Amino acid sequence: MAQIAMATGFILILIGLYGALTNRNLLRMIIGFTIAHSGVNLVLVAVGYLSGRTAPILDSAVPMAEAAERIIDPLPQALVLTAIVIGVGVTALMLAYAYRIYVTKGTLDIGKCRELKW
Amino acid sequence: MIRRAFVLLLLLALGAIFLDLLLGFVPATELNETARYYAERSAADLGTANITTAIIVTYRGLDTLGEVTVLFLTAAIVGLVLSWGRRSAEGPQRQLLPTGELLTTGKNLLVPLILLLGVYVFVNGHLTPGGGFQGGAILASGILLMLLTDPMKRFSHGMISAVESFSGLVFVGLGLLGVALAGGFLDNRLLPIGTVGELFSAGVIPIIYSFIGLKVGAEFSSMLVNLSETEDS
Repeated sequence: MAQIAMATGFILILIGLYGALTNRNLLRMIIGFTIAHSGVNLVLVAVGYLSGRTAPILDSAVPMAEAAERIIDPLPQALVLTAIVIGVGVTALMLAYAYRIYVTKGTLDIGKCRELKW
Repeated sequence: MIRRAFVLLLLLALGAIFLDLLLGFVPATELNETARYYAERSAADLGTANITTAIIVTYRGLDTLGEVTVLFLTAAIVGLVLSWGRRSAEGPQRQLLPTGELLTTGKNLLVPLILLLGVYVFVNGHLTPGGGFQGGAILASGILLMLLTDPMKRFSHGMISAVESFSGLVFVGLGLLGVALAGGFLDNRLLPIGTVGELFSAGVIPIIYSFIGLKVGAEFSSMLVNLSETEDS
């Protein structure tokens, strides 16, 4: 089960990077990065998954005494929560810069931005 | 085409690394030592039912403070980048089609419920799946629905910044109070821990997480509002 999620995550990373590297349109590149980002999160969550266990929340089904035997690893989940929030910020930043480039250059084609090209 | 070949070669190499990682991955059958500590101690020491919340707000609270700071910086930079050379709002605006009846009625019905759900999610962050970040994102989705219905609607930037700054100050202030009155920075045992599973339990975790929720909601809203205000320029 964890391997399937992990393989899906790796495939998503590859798809996202392929999209970001081959497309010339800034919006498509941003979407590629977002897909790769989802893949990274999926891999991280899959690392903390333990077969046959439940979410790290204590209630009547998971009493405090049995917690260590019944729950999955809570740490990757906390890290992925951080990563998702930072990812939203990064995406918003990329969109804002794409908008600025569109306003200054009148195009979203990355091939037309030649100032930093060597 | 040589560029595409390079890209494919690069991805193939990366894929080989991933395949190696995947084949060598052996899922654990037992919790490792850190996770076991969190699983056994967080309810007894901190009084939270949701162990992920205990990690985010208390054990690794400093990380969360850093994360909220990064988010604040991002929101500020988005505002800065988008406001360069913006024309005044008085200029001729793009004519939009009137919003449909369905969307308007749906918005009137749904926005209060969405905001209520957001508040519920972050107030109960220490008991149920969810918390400040998720609740804040839900609050911002309510704002997004309002912007979809009326793209020319203007939210007060001062109000958003005030909510954001106040929540940030409360977060840091409670952390510092923890140094003075409890075990250290962001220690939640300022208030009594109470019974695990009740709303008023886990010390200051619900308070901190509620203010994180407000702060995240304000930051996401400010990004959305800034992006939406590019419409009329």
